[in-house]
Amino acid sequence: MAADTPVEYIQHHLQNLTYGKLPAGYERVDPYTNDVTVLQEAGWTFARTSTEATDMGFMAFHVDTLGWSIFMGILFLTIFRMVAKRATSGVPSGMQNMVEMTFEFVQNIVRDGFHGKNPVIAPLALTMFVWIFLMNSLKLIPVDFIPQIAHALGLEYFKIVPTTDPNGTFGISIGVFLLIIFYSIKVKGAGGFAKELSFTPFNHWALIPFNLVLEIIGLLTKPIGLALRLFGNMYAGEVVFILIAILPFWIQWTLNVPWAIFHILVITLQAFIFTTLSVVYLSQAHEDH
Amino acid sequence: MNINLTLIGQAIAFAIFVWFCVKFVWPPITAAMEARQKKIADGLSAADRASLDLELAQEKASKELQKAKQEAAVLIDQANKRAAQIVEASKDDARKEGDKLIEQARAEIQQERVQARDALRKEVAVLAIAGAEKILETSVDAKAHSEMLDKLAAEL
Repeated sequence: MAADTPVEYIQHHLQNLTYGKLPAGYERVDPYTNDVTVLQEAGWTFARTSTEATDMGFMAFHVDTLGWSIFMGILFLTIFRMVAKRATSGVPSGMQNMVEMTFEFVQNIVRDGFHGKNPVIAPLALTMFVWIFLMNSLKLIPVDFIPQIAHALGLEYFKIVPTTDPNGTFGISIGVFLLIIFYSIKVKGAGGFAKELSFTPFNHWALIPFNLVLEIIGLLTKPIGLALRLFGNMYAGEVVFILIAILPFWIQWTLNVPWAIFHILVITLQAFIFTTLSVVYLSQAHEDH
Repeated sequence: MNINLTLIGQAIAFAIFVWFCVKFVWPPITAAMEARQKKIADGLSAADRASLDLELAQEKASKELQKAKQEAAVLIDQANKRAAQIVEASKDDARKEGDKLIEQARAEIQQERVQARDALRKEVAVLAIAGAEKILETSVDAKAHSEMLDKLAAEL
């Protein structure tokens, strides 16, 4: 691992495994030998340094983020689908109990936050809550554990918590944003939605531009706020875990353990906040003035 | 920290997960939960109904018991009366029978007494005549004195 100093160690841990396109004529610097090779033609490859990852621009994937988030999503759906298949209206067994508890929790969120009729909202909230919860909980795995295994397999960078990657959180919040737009137009009509944007909060034609700016900013704030809140909390927590990991191994547990226990709360809370706010935003989208 | 295609990949994954959840996870589990809720509600109302039924049944049973007791009492009463009547009737019969028997016996006794007196009277008349003959040493014309003798006999 290219991590000799604490700063390098931290930076290394905060770099995703990036698979992207490098342009032709790009000068690749080998992180170990500092040899420079010039690419003859544009091509897709794994970034070996964070500079490379940055230079890949938008045409790149964070393989670790996508892999782990999809894995967690599939894990969630597999468990819940299994329970759904065997769901009995009689006395529920252990797994079904857990699943039903989650269901009731989410149903309460939706009942409190959503004041319309839409059969999609509750399962949407369930997916969001459990998926984000599972992705966040990856954080409780010690920071060096899986990256070391990945390193042994020849992967330079490996960051397993998808919610510490802004791409991961923005991906979800953009989904929510699109749903907000979709349901706003579906419920109020395109005209109604435009009218709402133009005539609130000040119901006067002269203030339409002002209202539009205000409302569009307000609308855009929703997904950005959602994504950044989740990302910020998880990222900060992750940085602290990495900082603790720099300490001598025999002292780490004194900080690691309380922080991890505290994060059991943060993990659930952030998943809950993300879900609740999304439900509230979608409820607002359904409200016709 | 770079924003890139991961964003879109993540959004697509999210959409697919939500679709799957809406389609295959949410409906069966909520259906099972609702079915259980209904079952429990039914069970509770059935229990309520059952306890109500029990109360009614107990009430009915106690009523029946009371009725049966009353009927039994009436029957016993009737039986007692009937028995008393029968006893009374047989007593009457017995008394009547006894009276009759006594009456008959009395009549017989009377009859025998009359007969005996008659016989005695005749004998006395014969004896009286025989005595008088002895005393008078002559025969008494029975015909001539029969009136007198009859008078005598009647006086005995």
